[in-house]
Amino acid sequence: MDHMPENWGRPRSDVYGSYQHAIHSAGPQSHTQVPSITGTSVIAMKFNNGVILAADNLGSYGSLARFTDQERLIKVGKETVVGFSGDASDMQYLESMLERLIIEDNYEQDGHNFRAPHIYEYLSRVMYNRRSKVDPLWNAILVAGKKDDGSPFLGYVDLLGITYSSPCIATGYGAYLAIPLLRKLVSEDEDAKNVTEEQARAAIDESMKVLFYRDARSLDKYTVATVTLDGNVKFDKDVRCQNMNWRFAEGIRGYGTQKQ
Amino acid sequence: MNTMFAEQFNEPATNHSTAAPIEHRFNPYSDNGGTILAISGADYAVLAGDTRHISGYSINSRFQPRVHTLPGEKPLIVSANGFSADGETLVRRLAQRVEWYSYNHNKPLSAKSCARLIQTMLYGKRMFPYYVATILAGLDENGRGAVYSFDPVGSYEREQCRAGGAAASLIMPFLDNQVNLKNQVDPATGEPKIATDLSLEDTVKLVKDAFSSATERHIQVGDYLEIKIVTKDGVSVEYFPLKRD
Repeated sequence: MDHMPENWGRPRSDVYGSYQHAIHSAGPQSHTQVPSITGTSVIAMKFNNGVILAADNLGSYGSLARFTDQERLIKVGKETVVGFSGDASDMQYLESMLERLIIEDNYEQDGHNFRAPHIYEYLSRVMYNRRSKVDPLWNAILVAGKKDDGSPFLGYVDLLGITYSSPCIATGYGAYLAIPLLRKLVSEDEDAKNVTEEQARAAIDESMKVLFYRDARSLDKYTVATVTLDGNVKFDKDVRCQNMNWRFAEGIRGYGTQKQ
Repeated sequence: MNTMFAEQFNEPATNHSTAAPIEHRFNPYSDNGGTILAISGADYAVLAGDTRHISGYSINSRFQPRVHTLPGEKPLIVSANGFSADGETLVRRLAQRVEWYSYNHNKPLSAKSCARLIQTMLYGKRMFPYYVATILAGLDENGRGAVYSFDPVGSYEREQCRAGGAAASLIMPFLDNQVNLKNQVDPATGEPKIATDLSLEDTVKLVKDAFSSATERHIQVGDYLEIKIVTKDGVSVEYFPLKRD
């Protein structure tokens, strides 16, 4: 008797040949071409003692505000923070890749640890190789930390493998709404030396508020992460937009109850 | 959902036919702007590029250098301008090939051979091209300045000067006139002027003028100009501010 249930009720292999497993994967291979659960902007800027970044806690399902406790800023290694916008499942896949990278690096107890430029390099190659297979990971990612020489690092990489560095970077709508506010403080790398953490935090909070006013896929609850040059990573979770003023909404059709 | 019922309760399509579904295909390319320019002289070659990096109407970065120095004791400088992810990848792979060559053969790769290598690398992706205008600058076997320019699929040519990227069509005619002295006649004889080698000083002036003018008329060009100069002594770099609007 054959004790393997999967073989029951099908033609005998010794007579008709073994089962052709290729049947299962018949037809062209298809890739995920559209994101489903998405996160909106991530914003970040350098200041005199490090880098600060923020992302809200919303996971949208199209226009539906599906998850309101989505964490999109993650700590990678000892002194790097990575912020994801775009597809949540691709974010979780990249999170697991980064976690494995860090764990396997830790097996060698050689005193070396990955810094932001290394994480950034790794992510950029993963993203570019996936876009080259026309099977992209649907994200725009910010990597913040410090360089080998101890200066602050901030880099962007997206689903096309496009990379760049700048003293302030934002993904998604943040590029239109937050960047003008952040560039008032840090237009050049040199400018960051004259910006304190408090000033940077105020600019980030203000930008998150502006984004909540105008980005329909955003939330007034967000996380702020600060990487300082002494290698400290500080997470401030469940931050709420403060001192909001919705008086302007009265005059705009589509905001709340219409009086006319 | 049962499609029959869906059709029954939906409004009939009016303006556009539903026969062909609207597809949202992933586009693996984009344009990151910027312009590059190279001029060669008797004993030098110059390769310059602005440092602005864009997507659409947004300035991503005001300082993202796009002119790269290849490794080796006889340096070559290269820039692949267009879709920046492809450009960075091409230059990175090229740099590794150049480095390996020097280890395998115990001599630096010549400018001529590097140009042929770039051709094979570009043509190797003929069916999924690197979307870039590539320029290589260095010194040839005789110590003369050499500039090689490439199209995205690898067809290439050695030239006196070449502009590539977003404002190439603005700069190239200026170069034809000022470097190759096209459409210029000697007023004394009435004969067309013959182009000669420019001094390095004049070349750098010309490069700055070309980029200042391109910045005025092209929205994707600006912020800073990075000028890399190869001579027998190595590579030197000069920065020049451009308008930031």
